[in-house]
Amino acid sequence: MSRSVGIVKSKLFNCKDEISLACGQSLKEFELVYETYGKLNAKKDNAILIPHALSGNHHVAGKYHKDDEYLGWWDNMVGPGKPIDTNQYFVIGVNNIGGNDGSTSAKSINPKTKKIWGSSFPIVTVQDWVLSQKKLIEHLGINTLFAIVGGSLGGMQAIQWSIAYPDSVKKILCIAAAPSLTAQNIAFNEIARQAILQDDDFFKGDFYQHNTKPKKGLRIARMLGHITYLSNDAMDKKFGRKLIQGKYNYNFQENYEIESYLNYQGDKFASSFDANTYLRMTKALDYFDLEKIYKKKLLKVFSKIKADYLVISFTSDWRFPPARSKEIVTALLDNNINVTYAEIKAETGHDAFLLHNDHYHQLILNYLRS
Amino acid sequence: MKRLDFIKISEWVDPKTKVLDLGCADGTLLKFLKQQKNINGYGIEIDPSNIEKGIKNQINIIQMNLEDGLSVFNDQFFDTVILSQTLQAMVNIDKIMDEMKRVGKNIIVSFPNFGFWKNRFQILNGKMPKSTDLPHEWYNTPNIHLCTIKDFEDLCSKKDLTITNQLFLTNNQPVKYFSNLRGSLGIFQLSQ
Repeated sequence: MSRSVGIVKSKLFNCKDEISLACGQSLKEFELVYETYGKLNAKKDNAILIPHALSGNHHVAGKYHKDDEYLGWWDNMVGPGKPIDTNQYFVIGVNNIGGNDGSTSAKSINPKTKKIWGSSFPIVTVQDWVLSQKKLIEHLGINTLFAIVGGSLGGMQAIQWSIAYPDSVKKILCIAAAPSLTAQNIAFNEIARQAILQDDDFFKGDFYQHNTKPKKGLRIARMLGHITYLSNDAMDKKFGRKLIQGKYNYNFQENYEIESYLNYQGDKFASSFDANTYLRMTKALDYFDLEKIYKKKLLKVFSKIKADYLVISFTSDWRFPPARSKEIVTALLDNNINVTYAEIKAETGHDAFLLHNDHYHQLILNYLRS
Repeated sequence: MKRLDFIKISEWVDPKTKVLDLGCADGTLLKFLKQQKNINGYGIEIDPSNIEKGIKNQINIIQMNLEDGLSVFNDQFFDTVILSQTLQAMVNIDKIMDEMKRVGKNIIVSFPNFGFWKNRFQILNGKMPKSTDLPHEWYNTPNIHLCTIKDFEDLCSKKDLTITNQLFLTNNQPVKYFSNLRGSLGIFQLSQ
């Protein structure tokens, strides 16, 4: 039996409602690219939303054509017979506003000026995304989501959903996330942004008109990101001090395998990802701070939540370590919310949330079924 | 077979109250208390496979090491805190007893009685004891702090805990007299 959702096609939601953004600006209308897998049942109560993380998109599972070598980013999790079982659930993947893959973003045409937004595209936040996702869910005729499953920045959107629309979601699966970023997290993001902002090909965000891309900056940003997604142990295990040609070059060409890996990842990313998206995604991360958004202590912010929670962290994740997940758990407990917390032993760092792990997958499967 | 210790523990838990089960394993006790007393329960467990099973049993289960304390919970957060057959496997019993006092009002502790006559008899015969309530071999037992009923009573008085109820079981049957000798499992309800 095939455990893949097979060939999928993305869809477009054109929302004519004006939405006000946290930054003070508003979007007169917007488009969201999304994909769905499985069937929405007659009661429309089996829908699961999967918001994406920093470099993700709406293409969660499956492939676009028979020979497509790139599967959706969470294909190991979503499909028939997989933990998020598309035989049972109607799964929705969505590309966020400001995203890289077709939703309204800096690459789009500003309807007012009829020109590419570029640098003038607003800074978007987690709250804005959740608002736009709610519009999509309504458009699909769904009142209440069965669950939202989010990892990393996706987990933050899941939390925001349960606060902004407490009656619209039953279960939150919040994986490798945090209630806010630490100074260290923000520091890494700022270096990534500086790499892009200082690239001569960035043109203050209006590089589209110059038919170029700030690839140098983007690749450095991505290389840095990759270091934070992996643990020291995982990197050591995978690359160690291995040399590409078994000897020192005595020059500045790639010498170690880790260098080659980072350069490869950087190049791949720089040719496919939009710099304005990267800047805005990191800013959305930085600005996600529930206590600041709601001007209350986390304990009070969480008092609105009605959904049940499964919180998962990974032992070697130093980007959003278990202690940050425990902050979420503590605030949920203090509000008598049903919560289960699992701290999964994994040496792959933050990336663990995307990788296959039998125990991890069993937890998700059991939780959705319980 | 119904577990008599679970039935007895449930008699000491008020309906619709908040209950914490420390070392809850697969959540069988909490599930039972939910069915019997409609409690709002949370369990703490360290073993990953028990987390999977606890989720299946539809209980709230928090993966944590009890030895690290109960810092995720506020003072007097629970009506009842249960430590069911876990005490003997803990390194820092002093600390967990203090933590139970801090987060809960009604405290229930059960543990295998090392002073049970069959255990004493096996030691007299020169062997480490094995029984229904102490099923492991000496070399693979998780039980590192075994005590007798009397030892536990001493600990309670040292911790200023009043024994409000106590009960002894052998082979799932209650034992009335000479409990430190005839009881294989002790169950205590404590208040402060």
